[in-house]
Amino acid sequence: MIELLGKLPGLGPRSARRAALHLLKKREALLEPLAQSLADAAAHVRTCGECGSLDTADPCALCSASSRDDGLICVVAEVGDVWALERAGAFRGRYHVLGGVLSALDGVRPEDLRIAKLVERARRPGVREVILALAATVDGQATAHFVSEHLSAIGVTVSRLSQGVPVGGELELLDDGTLLAALASRRAV
Amino acid sequence: MSARLWLADLRLTDFRSHAEFRLALDDRPVCLIGPNGAGKTNVLEAVSALGPGRGLRGAGLADMARAAGAETRPRGWVVFAEAVLDGDRHTLGVAAERTPDGGYKRTARLDGRTAPAAEAASLMRLSWVTPAMDRLFAGPPGDRRRFFDRLAFAFAPEHGAAAAAYERALRERQRLLDEGGASGAWLDGLEQEMSVHGAAVAQVRARTLKALAAEIAARPEGAFPKAVLGLTGPLESAFAAGAASADIEDDFAARLRAGRARDAAAGRALEGPHRTDLEVRHAAKDMPAAACSTGEQKALLLGIVLAHVRALAADPGAGPAILLLDEAAAHLDSARRAALFDELVDGPGQAWLTGTDAVLFEAFGLRAQKFELRDGAADAI
Ligand SMILES: Nc1ncnc2c1ncn2[C@@H]1O[C@H](COP(=O)(O)OP(=O)(O)OP(=O)(O)O)[C@@H](O)[C@H]1O
Ligand SMILES: [Mg+2]
Ligand SMILES: [Zn+2]
Repeated sequence: MIELLGKLPGLGPRSARRAALHLLKKREALLEPLAQSLADAAAHVRTCGECGSLDTADPCALCSASSRDDGLICVVAEVGDVWALERAGAFRGRYHVLGGVLSALDGVRPEDLRIAKLVERARRPGVREVILALAATVDGQATAHFVSEHLSAIGVTVSRLSQGVPVGGELELLDDGTLLAALASRRAV
Repeated sequence: MSARLWLADLRLTDFRSHAEFRLALDDRPVCLIGPNGAGKTNVLEAVSALGPGRGLRGAGLADMARAAGAETRPRGWVVFAEAVLDGDRHTLGVAAERTPDGGYKRTARLDGRTAPAAEAASLMRLSWVTPAMDRLFAGPPGDRRRFFDRLAFAFAPEHGAAAAAYERALRERQRLLDEGGASGAWLDGLEQEMSVHGAAVAQVRARTLKALAAEIAARPEGAFPKAVLGLTGPLESAFAAGAASADIEDDFAARLRAGRARDAAAGRALEGPHRTDLEVRHAAKDMPAAACSTGEQKALLLGIVLAHVRALAADPGAGPAILLLDEAAAHLDSARRAALFDELVDGPGQAWLTGTDAVLFEAFGLRAQKFELRDGAADAI
């Protein structure tokens, strides 16, 4: 258990030992409910075939919510970015998770990302705008360029977050206010 | 004029050869005197570790940790300083802490709070001359480019991020070209990134060159020969000629696109700010710096660095810098040495000098504070 906990991001061997000890001490209050919810997650959480996010339902709650705007698709790199945008309450359209960003050096190629599915979704009638919310890193911006070139043939408006996403800044690390400002100041490409 | 940036206190813990080391200082230049291996350069390196980047030896955090005998896993290290900037006292602490995965993590604290690197950088500007730079003018262009980028970085801390982003895009593009058959849209995206960040790099370089040239021109004719500086890169030249940033980016992106086949064949990008060289000429002799004598080269280099710290102090977006001169006095004749000291005494930032013999620093008289380093301790002399 300590070994497994130590593999979690942000936990070293020392903090893993502390967490394990804590769990064992709080058997009924923490360990057993946690084990149950982990088992539930393992059994039921799947990737949404539509947007690529994670949920117990497929299509996910965000894709099936009738209150959301089908005309807007916000493209992000990771599921964590969806969570960050939802936490900020910044966006009321649909999402599309690419599953990473292009990087020749890290071996991530166009076919590894959910780009074909995005093009398919963007072609649907009623889609007005695709917003690229990718990090202001070299890889994030090169990916944004790649995706927008593939969408330009369709004739849908493509916009990018402008100011607000710092170089090297991952969406998930931004505070809610910064996210809102970045989304509001998006510009067409 | 007394220094506008100086260290009033410096404490090292487990840094290189120094287990515990402390210097209490006033605002005069600092001379560290001691035999080979006494730990003089290590102290200058510790001061440089207070600033951003890899410090004066370009070493990693692990290399700076004190290796003590059989101890295979050195602990972390700490450099603490009290810095006085324009009369205001600040505490600045930089530490390398061990991480669970066996590496080191750098943390900085400014005035008792965790400080992002950019904030510490705005307080601790640095410039330095080391013996490793003795072959700067005759050596490979990459060394001169890195030297110049360090000068530029002191003017504009964002220069580091732009250079790193450019480098990343450059390597990504080359990997795609090496593998062949890559999508044009992907290459377009990377070349656009190269052009945006490459232009940003070139722009700061061009601005730095201009500021240095103006400062050198304003210097009195004297012990330090005037250098004529030039940058070979076409982007830098375009900025110097006043071209618009957007045009320079577009032009560079177009050249990259046109150069794909050539760069694929060469295995590297043959054009761009990563190829820029710094050209230095001895103005009075109208001779390339590489053809000058050892002492003349040192004097040229010192002239550039002295101009750098003065230009920084005069720049509204920058400020005074600490100047680290490792063994700089050694190659100079006594007249030049005296002229150097005169200039350092009323420089905008405190100067730190090392030497193996107190005689080297005699011309300072009482205008500098001198310490003898022996057995890991410093005694005022
Ligand atoms: N990580 C380290 N741990 C312990 N000692 C180190 C470490 N790195 C370097 N040293 C030692 O520090 C000593 C002092 O080095 P330093 O370069 O500061 O000497 P110096 O006084 O500048 O000498 P010189 O006059 O020859 O330039 C050297 O003997 C070196 O072996
Ligand atoms: Mg030395
Ligand atoms: Zn979904």
